Amino acid sequence: MSQLKLKDLYDGFRDPETIKAFKKIIEEDAKKLEKPINIMEVCGGHTHTIMKYGIPQLLPSNINFIHGPGCPVCIMPKERIDHAYILSMQEDVILVTLGDMIKVPGSNGSLQDARSKGADVRFVYSPMDCIKIANENPNKKVIFFAIGFETTTPMTAALLDVVIKQDIKNIYFHINHVTVPEVMKELIDSRDEHVDSYNHQIDAFLGPSHVSVISGSKIYEEFPRDYNKPVVVAGFEPVDVMQSILMIIKQFIENRCELEIEYKRLVSYEGNIKAQELINKYFKKSSLFKWRGLGNIKDSGLKLRDEYLTYDAEHIYKDILPIGEIEDHKLCICGDILRGMATPPECTIFGTACKPSTPIGSCMVSSEGACAAYYKYGNLL
Amino acid sequence: MCLSIPSKVTHIDEENNIATVDTMGVERKASLDLIDQPVVVGDYVLIHIGFAMNKIDEEDALASLEVYKEIIEKMEEEERRQAILEDDACANRG
Repeated sequence: MSQLKLKDLYDGFRDPETIKAFKKIIEEDAKKLEKPINIMEVCGGHTHTIMKYGIPQLLPSNINFIHGPGCPVCIMPKERIDHAYILSMQEDVILVTLGDMIKVPGSNGSLQDARSKGADVRFVYSPMDCIKIANENPNKKVIFFAIGFETTTPMTAALLDVVIKQDIKNIYFHINHVTVPEVMKELIDSRDEHVDSYNHQIDAFLGPSHVSVISGSKIYEEFPRDYNKPVVVAGFEPVDVMQSILMIIKQFIENRCELEIEYKRLVSYEGNIKAQELINKYFKKSSLFKWRGLGNIKDSGLKLRDEYLTYDAEHIYKDILPIGEIEDHKLCICGDILRGMATPPECTIFGTACKPSTPIGSCMVSSEGACAAYYKYGNLL
Repeated sequence: MCLSIPSKVTHIDEENNIATVDTMGVERKASLDLIDQPVVVGDYVLIHIGFAMNKIDEEDALASLEVYKEIIEKMEEEERRQAILEDDACANRG
């Protein structure tokens, strides 16, 4: 009989007393810091936790957060949404994607708008739901609009694996998978180009939780080694975040610069090898992927390997899918926010023209976006 | 998107490699196709968009919770000692 209850896995890592205890230890240790430190939480899930539990208010003034770009919906450029929109408008297409994509605005509108114009767009809980949809609609082409970081890539690969093994003839893929280390590098490198005020320097990273479950912590090795930035892979619960902050502070006090895992109950150095093999079997690095607000980042996207081109909707529909670049809304500062150079309240349309019910920028669309998190929990600040 | 939830395996359909899991009272199904280790009923797994991503290491989870308990106890002891010291230093003692 296990000593661990399911409830412990939630409550134990959200316990207010534990959070308070860490707050105290952090306060004591932070006094020993020579200079303030800015911690970038790469992942939108962490941004959400940090805002929801009011963690910035629990920290001394020399520990600051910079919110990172780790929100797959937020970084999805309009060009890609437009592809989904155009594909969904084809007579014989059922466009399938995850629920996060419902409201993201493209240049013609969102997938929700496409739906109201009669397009067959379906939002599913799992990519595997495509199989049932394809079987029930043998005369339609089911296109899975695949989004997400390393966390969701293996699930797309697993679907393709089944499609090939079961020889399903009417499922195709539009791939928008991206990778974390490349964007982290871009954020550090781009800071060298800009003349930044000290406020925007990244001193350490809070490593994503569930990306790391798949990839292992090994993907961050170069950050402490080559960039002199400590990385602590943190769980998603508030206690995880507090403990990880303490681990980062201790590295600075002890003059260490290392890759550490706080989220040991789920993350190993090697990660989930089976999932990684599945990804490598079907995907290769795409030379460039344009991130919303960040521009083209080398090697940061994935695409299907050449031998699977017959499943690639982007290839099959290349005649009707535009490849030009689209400007973002002039007033929206999502780009600066995703870069960690600005916070949502600095945006002139934040909370007025742009709010979760009428999102103008992508950081407001997803609950993991910094703007949505600030809008929802910002009154705490 | 990435907020996966810890769940307990309550049943395994060996033939299709699908687990039935309890997520805080809600029953769901999840594919075990991505798991690279044996899973049995009673195991804790992390579920994300219809797949179990990984098993939760119970020992590690328990070890963390144990550490938290110790930290709280130490802090409470510290607070008690602080209260006694403050009490001793109280100037208004008649």
